Amino acid sequence: MATTRMNQANYTIHGVNGPVVTVIGGRGLAMMDMVNVGEQGLIGEVVRVDGGQTTVQVYEDTTGLMPGQPVTAQGAPMSIELGPGLLHNIFDGIARPLEVIQAESGPFIGRGLNIPTLDRGRKWQVTLSLQVGDQVEPGTEYARCPETGLITHRCLIPAGLSGQVAWVAGAGAYTVEDPLVKVTDSRGKVHTLCLAQRWPIRTARPMAQRLPIHRPLITGQRVIDTLFPIGKGGAAAIPGPFGAGKTMTQHQLAKWSDADIIVYLGCGERGNEMTQALEEFSELLDPKSRLPLMERTILIANTSNMPVAAREASVYTGMTIAEYYRDMGYHVALMADSTSRWAEALREISGRLEEMPAEEGFPAYLASRLAEFYERAGYVKTLGGQEGSVTVIGAVSPQGGDFSEPVTQNTKRYIRTFWGLDRSLAYARHYPSIHWLTSYSEYTDDLKDWYEKNVGPNFVPCRQRIADLLQEEAKLMEIVKLIGADILPEDQKLIIETARLIRVGFLQQNAYHDIDTYVPLDKQLRMMELILRLHDGAKALVARAIPLSQLKATGIFDQLTKMKYEVPNEDQGKFEAYQQQIDQALEQVSRANS
Amino acid sequence: MRLEYIGLSELSGSLIVLEGVKGVAYDEMAEVTLDSGERRYGRVILIDGDRVVLQVFEGAKGISLENARTHFTGKPMDIALSKEMLGRVFDGAGRPADGLGEIFPEARRNINGSAINPVSRQYPRSCIYTGVSAIDGCATLIRGQKLPIFSGSGMKHNELAAQIVRQAKVPDQQGDFAIVFAAMGVKNDTAEFFRRNFEEAGALQRVVMFLNLASDPIIERILTPRCALTAAEYLAFDHGYHVLVIMTDMTSYCEALREFSSSKGEIPSRKGFPAYLYSDLASLYERAGMIRGRKGSVTQVPVLTMPNDDITHPIPDLTGYITEGQIVLEREMEQKGIYPPVAILPSLSRLMKDGVGKGFTREDHFDLSNQLFASYSKVQEARSLASVIGEEELSDTDKRYLKFGEAFERHYINQDAGEERTIEQTLDLGWKLLTILPRGELDRVDGKTLDAHYVEGAWESLGTGGGSQPA
Repeated sequence: MATTRMNQANYTIHGVNGPVVTVIGGRGLAMMDMVNVGEQGLIGEVVRVDGGQTTVQVYEDTTGLMPGQPVTAQGAPMSIELGPGLLHNIFDGIARPLEVIQAESGPFIGRGLNIPTLDRGRKWQVTLSLQVGDQVEPGTEYARCPETGLITHRCLIPAGLSGQVAWVAGAGAYTVEDPLVKVTDSRGKVHTLCLAQRWPIRTARPMAQRLPIHRPLITGQRVIDTLFPIGKGGAAAIPGPFGAGKTMTQHQLAKWSDADIIVYLGCGERGNEMTQALEEFSELLDPKSRLPLMERTILIANTSNMPVAAREASVYTGMTIAEYYRDMGYHVALMADSTSRWAEALREISGRLEEMPAEEGFPAYLASRLAEFYERAGYVKTLGGQEGSVTVIGAVSPQGGDFSEPVTQNTKRYIRTFWGLDRSLAYARHYPSIHWLTSYSEYTDDLKDWYEKNVGPNFVPCRQRIADLLQEEAKLMEIVKLIGADILPEDQKLIIETARLIRVGFLQQNAYHDIDTYVPLDKQLRMMELILRLHDGAKALVARAIPLSQLKATGIFDQLTKMKYEVPNEDQGKFEAYQQQIDQALEQVSRANS
Repeated sequence: MRLEYIGLSELSGSLIVLEGVKGVAYDEMAEVTLDSGERRYGRVILIDGDRVVLQVFEGAKGISLENARTHFTGKPMDIALSKEMLGRVFDGAGRPADGLGEIFPEARRNINGSAINPVSRQYPRSCIYTGVSAIDGCATLIRGQKLPIFSGSGMKHNELAAQIVRQAKVPDQQGDFAIVFAAMGVKNDTAEFFRRNFEEAGALQRVVMFLNLASDPIIERILTPRCALTAAEYLAFDHGYHVLVIMTDMTSYCEALREFSSSKGEIPSRKGFPAYLYSDLASLYERAGMIRGRKGSVTQVPVLTMPNDDITHPIPDLTGYITEGQIVLEREMEQKGIYPPVAILPSLSRLMKDGVGKGFTREDHFDLSNQLFASYSKVQEARSLASVIGEEELSDTDKRYLKFGEAFERHYINQDAGEERTIEQTLDLGWKLLTILPRGELDRVDGKTLDAHYVEGAWESLGTGGGSQPA
């Protein structure tokens, strides 16, 4: 019998090559099964089965492993524990809580720590949602508890289970392992459910139906919301060379976007940045609830010096957690910084497995892995019948800042918003350095109706005019580079002047400025309207052969450049004053020439 | 009983292969004794059943299949650590090289170290003044940061690194300062230059040196930064020193890694470097930092020479993705006779934003540096326009930019190798230079700050306008 053979198998280590370990002693290990390797029980995953020899990638440093040491099979694919206690927490790439790791092994991360994801001792105030005799289906809520001040955790019947409720615990305080509900399925088998569940990270969680994307993820960043928006449930990439501000942009989005839950994944990035995220998100308050942002945030840290195999797993860990909250009916945003490190981890492991490399040493399955990952984003109807979404924003770190490399190119095929960061903008300290000529968003049409209904009918036309002006400026700058701006006719000078105002006064946004760090949509619209008002008025003047320099001399362009710092988000009455100033300046110049 | 394996089954480059070996662990250290009595050291890099591949640090020269006996030590590569290391010189593999004998170890540590838990890290916020305007003003070095110098062959990166070492100061002089110097594949002259510099600065007793010179074995070169960082971590986190680690030249290190990788027959990735170059570099650079509840800090200033001055070459490229900024040196500046030849625009300190300003340096610091970056980037535009239409044809504003650019390079970036500027001098100088430009052009600073610092015509007190020779 298969089960007996499995039990009799006596797996041992045969060979070690970095994070790749070969195992002999039986044929019962399945692909992607989780195993514990060596005397310390290091966590690993089966990546290849070849006759009597099985290859395992180990998520920890393999120093000290030797042939003959035992390998234990878990008999299940790599999975993580899900339940209350994920929020306001920081985990490593395979969902072990870093706070507990610190308590166990000190400031340096030890090995072979088998620590459960969720705190075993903590009790949650649980309300049961079912009664004995109720019929349940996957997605039916059976319990809920307040997880943080912002988020109510809803426990749902897992996929594949339906039947009748046989027993329900009373409301009260329970740990994640206490039985809450017993369900008898159609074959009479009794399943006990508690707060915690497990899910294999490489399998997408099921949903009832995908819905079209129709609402934007509002980020408060002008260049994003206005020019290159992303829909809730969409996928975006931020590629850029080092120093262009990828992490900065991701942090801004994590802080200000209007998702219910943020999963921030530091994949192969700097340790100090994760520390900073942890500190900042704990201090910053959510604008609506005045509670710390950490209350809606989950951090996953696999810094660049943590084991490379766990880096490969970390993106799936993050995605699984995001989907888990989506299924409760929340809008989740997953920030992955950086997907290139994940791709490089794939390459590194592929090299150790001696697979045939494709482009630039990356394995041939790079594209399909990227596709699998980005396709787990979406706006869905959950099994429980609610609406939820996972929005994915992946940073890409192209080698040498060259967007033609395989990871950027393959990513582009599976995302629909592309925020291309530009080195020269970053050099000039123009942040966010999202370049308006290389970036695009395919969601603009999908979101048009939403913007018209919720922000104003003027929003979409204004955006189009702003984009057109920038486009025209780019063309003119080609000429200016050759002959200087002085030679241009006045109407073209005006385009350059307005475009400068748009770039400095609108697109550039100061993340460290109290007012400017987050800008609501109505304010974005007002700013656009004022800029265009000035432009139109100036155009009329220029058409009367009045030199633009006269209008510039009034200082109105410089004033508008700084309006972003002057008008508070809550009280936008000051825009009236700006409008008057514009009209006055135009009037003054007009009168002087009549 | 001492178990030795006699003979080998294969030799390739610096790798030796043994068969029929039992009970050997991955990453374990081995001693290889030749018939001549010479002893070499190696490390297990691959196990396949009873077949074991060893990497020999000193190289396999002179080893035959029959003249070597191998003994496995049963533990991974570690080095002896003690406070007495200060003032001593070691070779690339951490053995004393100054003839003063072994140190008495207070601890032994695995040179690979382990990752600092992000939860345990303390986010670095206090700056280190280097007295160099280009760094202090525009790419401030923060305690616990890793800030590399990207240079090219023949440029004055060693001088700059030495100046940083000589002048580095922390504002609140608490805790002792120590320097760990790791030389990888540098010429003897360079190592001597640093030694002399440390001596002249009277700092030799605060320096630990690990020297792997250009002619030393490349396998040891791979160990050198690891030994150095293990020593740095020990001094910082066990003894509370603020340690500044200078590692030069990372390019030689990466090339050693490539040579070693290709001898193992690994599949190469970009420019022949192994696919794990990023992870490998990260395992070094990420060892910088501060730990909550511990006194010391590890700050890294790695130096690398960009092959062919190409910043997109894998070594500077991957380094830049890991480190917290970079100081880039530029050949054009060097040729203009400017020292330090820092190219301001690509230089960046990521931690600067949290370590300068009110309560750290001066309130206007961050705004000022942003404005300098923004204005200087316009200088480049004006220059390229001038090269097409001629300086005469430029608009008035553009002409002012040209003047500002020249003055900024001559007065601000340029300074003497022995000159130490205070942060106030650096900042005031920056404001003075900005007055060359019309006030309306300064769009990164709010009105209040401008009122406080922008004094019309202040630049005239610099004596010379743009285009003057360095003082």
